[in-house]
Amino acid sequence: MTGRAERGALPGFGLSLGVTLLYLALLVLVPLATVVLRTASLPLERIWELATSARALASYRLTFGAAALAAAINLVFGVLVAWVLERYRFPGRRVVDALVDLPFALPTAVAGIALAAVYAPNGWIGRWLEPLGVKIAYTPLGVVVALTFIGLPFVVRTVQPVLADLDPALEEAAATLGAGRLATLRRVVLPELAPAAATGFVLALARGLGEYGSVIFIAGNLPMKSEITALLIMVRLEEYDYAGATAIALVFLAASFLLLLTLNRLARGSRPGAAR
Amino acid sequence: MSGHFRDPRAEPAWLRWTLCALALGFLALFLAVPVAAVFAQAFSKGWQVYAAAIREPMALAAVKLTVIVAAIVVPLNTAFGLAAAWAVARFRFRGKQLLVTLIDLPFSVSPVVAGMLFVLLFGAQGLLGPWLTERGVRILFALPGIVLATLFVTLPFVARQLIPLMESQGAAEEEAALTLGASGWKTFLWVTLPKIRWALLYGLILTNARAMGEFGAVSVVSGHIRGRTNTIPLHVEILYNEYQFAAAFAVASLLTLLALVTLAAQAGLARRLRDG
Repeated sequence: MTGRAERGALPGFGLSLGVTLLYLALLVLVPLATVVLRTASLPLERIWELATSARALASYRLTFGAAALAAAINLVFGVLVAWVLERYRFPGRRVVDALVDLPFALPTAVAGIALAAVYAPNGWIGRWLEPLGVKIAYTPLGVVVALTFIGLPFVVRTVQPVLADLDPALEEAAATLGAGRLATLRRVVLPELAPAAATGFVLALARGLGEYGSVIFIAGNLPMKSEITALLIMVRLEEYDYAGATAIALVFLAASFLLLLTLNRLARGSRPGAAR
Repeated sequence: MSGHFRDPRAEPAWLRWTLCALALGFLALFLAVPVAAVFAQAFSKGWQVYAAAIREPMALAAVKLTVIVAAIVVPLNTAFGLAAAWAVARFRFRGKQLLVTLIDLPFSVSPVVAGMLFVLLFGAQGLLGPWLTERGVRILFALPGIVLATLFVTLPFVARQLIPLMESQGAAEEEAALTLGASGWKTFLWVTLPKIRWALLYGLILTNARAMGEFGAVSVVSGHIRGRTNTIPLHVEILYNEYQFAAAFAVASLLTLLALVTLAAQAGLARRLRDG
């Protein structure tokens, strides 16, 4: 008893770490290991062939393109929404602030059918776009709309705390030195927000790449045209083509790994103390 | 000019209005309109159709299965989150960073790939599938598979809420309790738990929302057997694909209500967390 207190160590190290490792091993490591085993049992050329079939390549182009475009939309509007929520006071601000997390809380299938209904040619919004010749539902644009919805909270939530902690003296100094308000925003405020906004962009991109539920209802799902990569994996699994599904999933895992590395680099670059 | 001071950090009124209108317009288009559409579509054929869709035996079976899955997943991942947070936030050990990365990993895996991991493990041509089938154990297309996929997808939520909080709180109070002769479990129950209860509840609510709403991963492992392996989101998908739109949106409105309650609870808890 006294020995433990003198060492200053808390009890439960072995138990808590043991439970954690066992749980992670059973739920995460063993399943991931089966992917490695499955991959190792296939010749490399075969994996390459499966992962780069014309249909797979078309799905990567659509998925990566739509996810990048959606993340870019969220980059611009995310900074804007964060700014409005942090700096302006208006009735209902708290409700709007809470609502930003909706894409995290709303099941993706519900988001999918709701967006499809709204953006369909006879839907609340689609109805107004149809005469202009803009079709969203059941086209690649539908994928962009769904991924914009799914990625919406990331940039807002990464930028908001930085904006709240921003030293008012920075902006005051710029104003005192004769900078107009717009110049101050562009030259002083935006550069301060850039690392957080970039982190939010990458998070939204990563989420968009793997998204399934919200997209399939609005995308049309035509092979080579409006079929996302996650759906193609699903199709392969339904055909019991495990090798084909694994090969395409490897491309996904590689992309997530690269994005994780980017995130780590961004986190290191914007660590407090480095700049201030 | 000399009569009134202008806040150097305030934008001209026209700019303020424009930014507000753009930000709120964006949120209305992507968040408010789809949510409103869910309820409008749900009641488009009147109360009777709504009530019938929800009281239908297949819908009730889906609700029951979803509640069972959440009742298994939430306690397990909460116990894991507590163990992981205790190990990571209270002790130094080698490989800690790797362990934290591993805990976060399910967030960066596409839900479809998450489901695929368990198909590769337990499927008919999977690693353990044939061996288990011989012994009459059914994992895939049954409750265990759905629980495993949901456990994987929601694994990080509680741990992620607790680790940063417990790290910032430090262990001084726990050490004091131990020095005064309290046992390890007593210290955990009476000192640690009260300090982390709001963050724990926050993580629990997020886990529950995702567990009840998960679509992609569950879709891969469930097999869509009506009345047997359909969760609420899968039931919505089936109704929608059968063009029973009013019924699909009626069932989806239940999940939307869950999401809105989750958001309200999150907002309330976030305030408590900020205030200590």
